Amino acid sequence: MQIHVKVNEVDYVHEVEPRLLLVHYLRDVLRLTGTHIGCETSVCGACTVHINKKAAKSCTLLAVQADGCEITTIEGLASNGDLHPLQESFRENHGLQCGFCTPGIIMTAADFIQQIPDPSEEDIRHAIKGNLCRCTGYHNIITSIKQAATKMKEEVTV
Amino acid sequence: MIPVAFEYRKAQTVEDAIGLLSGGETKLLAGGYSLLPSMKLRLNQPSKLIDISNIPSLKGIKEENGNVIINAGTTHYEIGHHEIIKKHLPFFVDAVHVIGDVQVRNRGTIGGSLAHADPAADWPALVLAAEAIIEVMGRGGIRSIPANEFFTGLFSTQIKEDEIITAIRVPIPRESSKMAYLKFSHPASRFAIVGCAVIRFPGDKTNIAFTGIADTPFRDYAAEQAVSGKSLDLASIESALSVAVNVENLLSDNFASQSYRKHLAKVYLKRALQLVV
Amino acid sequence: MSTTNGIIGQSVKRVEDKRFITGKGKYTDDIILHGQTYASFVRSPYAHASIVSVDIAAAKAMAGVLAIYTGKDVADINGVPCGWLVNFKDGSPMMEPKHPLMVADKARHTGDAVAMVIAETREQAIDAAEAVEVIYEELPVTVNAYEAIQPGAPLVHDVAPGNICFEWELGDSKEEVDAAIAASAHITTLEFVNQRLVPNAIEPRSYIGSYDAANEKYTLYTSTQNPHLIRLLMCAFVLGIPEHKVRVVGPDVGGAFGSKVYHYTEEALVTWASKKLNRPIKWTAERHESFLLDAHGRDHITKARIGFDKDQKITGLRVETIANLGAYLSTFSTCVPTYLYGTLLQGQYTTPVINVDVTAVFTNTTPVDAYRGAGRPEATYVLERLMDLAAHEMGIDPAALRFKNFIPPFDGVNQAGYLTRVALQYDSGNYHGTLSKGLEMLGYTQFREEQQKSSQNGKLLGVGFSTYIEACGLAPSSIAGALGARAGLYEVGQVRVQPTGKVSVFTGSHSHGQGHETSFAQIVADKLGIEMQDVEIIHGDSDSVAFGMGTYGSRSLAVGGSAIVKCIDKIVEKGKKIAAHKMEASEGDIDFANGKFTVKGTDKSLSFGDIALTAYIPHVYPKDLEPGLDFSSFYDPTNFTYPFGCHIAVGEVDRETGEVALKRFIAVDDVGNIVNPMIVEGQIHGGVAQGIGQALYEGAEYDANGQLTNGSYMDYCIPRADDLPMFETATQVTPCPHNPLGVKGAGEAGAIGSTPAVVNAVIDALWSGGYNVKDIRMPLTSERVWNAMQLGSAT
Repeated sequence: MQIHVKVNEVDYVHEVEPRLLLVHYLRDVLRLTGTHIGCETSVCGACTVHINKKAAKSCTLLAVQADGCEITTIEGLASNGDLHPLQESFRENHGLQCGFCTPGIIMTAADFIQQIPDPSEEDIRHAIKGNLCRCTGYHNIITSIKQAATKMKEEVTV
Repeated sequence: MIPVAFEYRKAQTVEDAIGLLSGGETKLLAGGYSLLPSMKLRLNQPSKLIDISNIPSLKGIKEENGNVIINAGTTHYEIGHHEIIKKHLPFFVDAVHVIGDVQVRNRGTIGGSLAHADPAADWPALVLAAEAIIEVMGRGGIRSIPANEFFTGLFSTQIKEDEIITAIRVPIPRESSKMAYLKFSHPASRFAIVGCAVIRFPGDKTNIAFTGIADTPFRDYAAEQAVSGKSLDLASIESALSVAVNVENLLSDNFASQSYRKHLAKVYLKRALQLVV
Repeated sequence: MSTTNGIIGQSVKRVEDKRFITGKGKYTDDIILHGQTYASFVRSPYAHASIVSVDIAAAKAMAGVLAIYTGKDVADINGVPCGWLVNFKDGSPMMEPKHPLMVADKARHTGDAVAMVIAETREQAIDAAEAVEVIYEELPVTVNAYEAIQPGAPLVHDVAPGNICFEWELGDSKEEVDAAIAASAHITTLEFVNQRLVPNAIEPRSYIGSYDAANEKYTLYTSTQNPHLIRLLMCAFVLGIPEHKVRVVGPDVGGAFGSKVYHYTEEALVTWASKKLNRPIKWTAERHESFLLDAHGRDHITKARIGFDKDQKITGLRVETIANLGAYLSTFSTCVPTYLYGTLLQGQYTTPVINVDVTAVFTNTTPVDAYRGAGRPEATYVLERLMDLAAHEMGIDPAALRFKNFIPPFDGVNQAGYLTRVALQYDSGNYHGTLSKGLEMLGYTQFREEQQKSSQNGKLLGVGFSTYIEACGLAPSSIAGALGARAGLYEVGQVRVQPTGKVSVFTGSHSHGQGHETSFAQIVADKLGIEMQDVEIIHGDSDSVAFGMGTYGSRSLAVGGSAIVKCIDKIVEKGKKIAAHKMEASEGDIDFANGKFTVKGTDKSLSFGDIALTAYIPHVYPKDLEPGLDFSSFYDPTNFTYPFGCHIAVGEVDRETGEVALKRFIAVDDVGNIVNPMIVEGQIHGGVAQGIGQALYEGAEYDANGQLTNGSYMDYCIPRADDLPMFETATQVTPCPHNPLGVKGAGEAGAIGSTPAVVNAVIDALWSGGYNVKDIRMPLTSERVWNAMQLGSAT
């Protein structure tokens, strides 16, 4: 079946098998390998991307379901070569170690900060509970997201 | 994992979808968050999927003749953020907050969840307590199934093979009704080990429903009777607890045995009742 | 040239992060080789079964299928080896049954591979694997290690009677210890299970085997912690292929925690089959396979007894443990419950006599091996649970009890290392210091007052302590060898100064989250007085790095880092010779500091870059000196390192539901000198989270048929963001006296110290409510805590 998608601002048309998962389409067909696969039960969140600007787990979507959608992956988060404030902040605060869960967490957080620009620690923990990290104990992830949110809010106010 | 190969069809209208529901191993695909994981593990191997996620008439929430109409394809997220829901059914908002995670709430739909009838899902307790009507449409026309008749067992409902849930009709509780949804989550899956929905109407009629405890979500009429029409005090709550959760087919797993589930259910009922005093 | 001297000790932001935050990391599954095929395995659904027949005909005929291999096809190939020989008490060797690449006759745990299907696409491989028809005949199953050694238990291997792999003992004689304990004023006993854990790195294991027929050379891409060790084991022990014709690459690896140390059957299989097929073959584990096949951790059943005299000084400790090794011996499985466990039972205390007895057992379960901490968390759990419980029983303060029994501070230089009763010599320690600091951070006096009040609001508040020690920096090869290691445990470094003064560093350590690309570069930049950006750390490729033993046991900085320092010493020494010649001074008069070679007492100097260039353009150059500035070093440590610390947990128990909320977690760790405080803190956070996971959430559960009943994230709970508090951390520095960096290692400390602190906090909370409970089985689910309160003697 033919699908038309826009991924990271680029239009693609591909013929795909209906059972092809969106995450495999992104990784194997488009070779956008920043979106990872960590489980098969829609729990770990390593595969999180934005579909029409909302966070979704691309392992629990068929590529055909994304037909006509706009998709953003971690590779498309930086704009004009400038890192997204979350990307900056994760580096600044040691919010990652092995880096495998990181793209998914950043994508989830990017959606969430849009909705709650001034999140508390509890808000952040609640927002990213659909993303598993085994390295950091989440401490520095919380700090990273909090700092990015503050920075983004300041930018908006300015 | 990868699902077994299947045929994929996109329905543009509900009628379209019903026409495609040609028996056999055909499944409807809405958000996909219940169906796809089981297909990936090959526990579910439909030969045909009908994608109903783009049917406009299945989207949206409105108020009509004293009811809130939630169309079946509305996502958890949309329900949790809708003004009509916030105003009339605040415990639906509480529930949305504890369903799955952000990503699941963004894609998963109320209709998909109800049709899947996972015994530990949250919505069943809510629709039961709110005395909602599940509207379904099939070749035989439209049916309105009261929530307390809808769930028939583990992962099973009244829906026939050629039927689709089109909407959930929730009678708007009279002003000053109080409601609460409390959930004790399974630490791993975050499904409910106990989900307790309580609504107390002016005049003290009280509805109580549970999910997560048994193979089928249920209204707890005995507990309701113990507190309905009475003031909610230690004695009435105690009497409700003493008769509550008198059901069979209790669930159990590594985290909660049957007896502990029952105990938890009572603790959560007590706490929920204290919230609607 | 500006100097960056002093960069050691700074929280330099990580060099590797740029690629990870932009999605440009390169993990094994991200690689697609030209002509790549996909493997999928047919695995036994039974924990113990005879394989009656395997019919591949239908599967073979399916679209895209290229080959199917079964256990019979690999029956003549060696199994994967165990890297550590442990002997029975009488000196006879352990039972070492073959761990075949795939099974032909009998499956011994759920998930044992019966056939490998290779197809053009992932989908085709999975579809065809489902079509392979295997007829099994179920056999009786043994799951629990205690039951496995009872008479009449089903045998996992015919060669191991009674399912016993070995019986091992360390320390003082049982009679001596029993006598000491019997004469005590107070005896505390505890029987408990240290439950089996699933490591759960978020990146599933992934391998690509390929064969280049023109050069007769294999390449294996593998999500491993130690590419060279995999090459050694696979070539020399399993496939019998020449090592110089095998390249093993460990690219970016998405977390490991021990589980990616071992040589797994699938690594050898994709490599072996890639030559037969002459196509690259990729296999990436599905998460349910990770649950069933990644070596599990812990799984001890222990009985422990400790005595105290009338002054509450420890009189003796006796520990008996049954360790479940699973169905086969994984690479380091045998040293974990012995040399990494029994040797740590001295803890931070002056215990005068100790005996530990371990029975290692085969069962029809997933093999068990080192998981973050590996033996040391189990030892810490024994001691620290005993200490808190003894304090409760004697009615004294658990912190005070520890202060009474601590080994006094020693720096290993002015005071000798501490010789333990269990075969180790601690390098340096100051245990009073870390506990004092922890108590200060907690606000101990105030806490006890708060605890009194809290019991009135339906919640019980408790505090738990854990003052741990670990042995890291594995290991002096001669000691390891004497104890049964079948490999050396040195590390290899190579520092190649390029003609322009830029530096390429090759290390046999492997980074999979630890940030070596940053902290190792800090060492080099600091010692050579150059900029961080002028240093690149290269690791993970057996064709570019000379050799290596890899990353585990918190060894990379202490051993791998020291190897790099040794290279730098050689570079500076040679640089001095070149500088002396160029500046017409004697070598002894050259100083090197801040990136400059200076003639003592003059302002004559040459920069590091000048010397590098001269080394490669040796026109004006000392006679008899080779050109070039490139040194390698094999560093073999003289002792283990002994990080230590104090972890304190504050927990709150809901009296009605038994739910535990972790309110605070304080970690004061002494990991010796610190190269990058930010990275050390991150390592502690991650370890603590895993230790809390063990205490409260995690545990592999097998049913009587040997089925893992919680083999998915829907059932097995690893901590999520809303399960944990912010951590309060601090460090103390007691340098390691025997390595050039003075570092001890930080990777496992968090996981070693934290678990007993959390359990102790819950037990303390229950005692504060009058429930005098000795033990609750981990993980402390709300139901288990609630049950304990129902059974406990509430006052």
